[in-house]
Amino acid sequence: MNGPHDLGGQMGFGPVAPEPNEPVFHAEWEKRALGITLSCGAFGAWTLDESRHARENIPPAQYLDASYYEIWIRALETLLERHGFASDEEISAGHKLQEPAKPKRVLTADMVPGVLARGGPCDRPVDTEPRFAVGDRVRTRNFNPVTHTRLPRYAREKTGVVEAVQGSFVFADDNAHGRGENPQWVYTVVFDGGEIWGEGADPTLTVSIDAWESYLERV
Amino acid sequence: MDHHDHHHHDDDDHHHHDNRYSDMQARVKALETVLTEKGLIDPAAIDAIVDTYETKVGPRNGARVVAKAWSDPDFADWLRRDATAAIASLGFTGRQGEHMRAVFNTPETHNLVVCTLCSCYPWAVLGLPPVWYKAPAYRSRAVIDPRGVLDEFGVTLPDDTKIRVWDSTAELRYIVVPTRPVGTEDLDEEALADLVTRDAMIGTGLALAPEQLR
Repeated sequence: MNGPHDLGGQMGFGPVAPEPNEPVFHAEWEKRALGITLSCGAFGAWTLDESRHARENIPPAQYLDASYYEIWIRALETLLERHGFASDEEISAGHKLQEPAKPKRVLTADMVPGVLARGGPCDRPVDTEPRFAVGDRVRTRNFNPVTHTRLPRYAREKTGVVEAVQGSFVFADDNAHGRGENPQWVYTVVFDGGEIWGEGADPTLTVSIDAWESYLERV
Repeated sequence: MDHHDHHHHDDDDHHHHDNRYSDMQARVKALETVLTEKGLIDPAAIDAIVDTYETKVGPRNGARVVAKAWSDPDFADWLRRDATAAIASLGFTGRQGEHMRAVFNTPETHNLVVCTLCSCYPWAVLGLPPVWYKAPAYRSRAVIDPRGVLDEFGVTLPDDTKIRVWDSTAELRYIVVPTRPVGTEDLDEEALADLVTRDAMIGTGLALAPEQLR
């Protein structure tokens, strides 16, 4: 979707504000927000792709005004409600009002080291050979789905070169919507700055994206 | 979910802020209480997650990877070919480090990592991302004006240095291996790791010279 999250090349946000000796967390609630988000992810009720899409769906004015942990919490509440674990009414009341859906698992403290150390690999085998090879010139497709995609707007209908065939991975655009993992080959495609930004582009700049095969057409 | 619940919407708030989120401390506390009452989360698990990223998983991990790559050409080759395995050999694995790629700065090319679409970041080697990495200013400008961004970090590169920006749009996570500072031939891996900042491994910084530590 062409949401507020798709920020590459937008202007007006001012300078980057590096913070010397930045703490890991800036408030106690950020710690809980991280832990709650990861704990709820362990339910197995939604995928990381679905949670990314929930974040993208926060209305633009709110998304751009929110800290990233606030974005996480807003999206998490959407997911908890959608999947029957907790309602806005309950969170606003601060107490359980009805029985939740049954999660596949509840993350307990003893499970944390193993779960974090394993992570969630999303490479998957596919039956087909990669359609593109290193050095191939490719053009990204032009599309504007209302659903999840990981092809940023600035990189649509641009011509670049395949720099690496990175393996086959769960296709985020499908997986975010419960349409299955449908793995595809992923390629690192590199573009000249001028191809993306046109006049006035930094001549020393190249930008790469990691693109699923169906984002690409042969030139 | 209803984004326009008028019972909770503060119409006087000209920032269009949703009143439910005006006090995040209270909202997150309520959320934790509800989920705990329902038996869906274990507050001790949250403590363990927080402790992991406050004390165990952070940029010190990545600095060890870089220091080893500087010191051991065979390791550097391995890191180039199969970063996930090479990094795992040092004990750094897991969440947001499942599919690692290492990109090496050279005298000709400087690498910079961003996630324009969200906040993808190599947690297993760098820990949790800094606020600026997740904020619109960096995500919007890294791909179009990297030199301007670098300037805000106090980094000025020669005009003819090529800049390669890596937008983390899929599940690959990138760590930059900065160039080894001059005058470090006699340093061991431990001392070298002290020169490797988090920002150097994102590409918004360079490795420190030994005299910068003194």
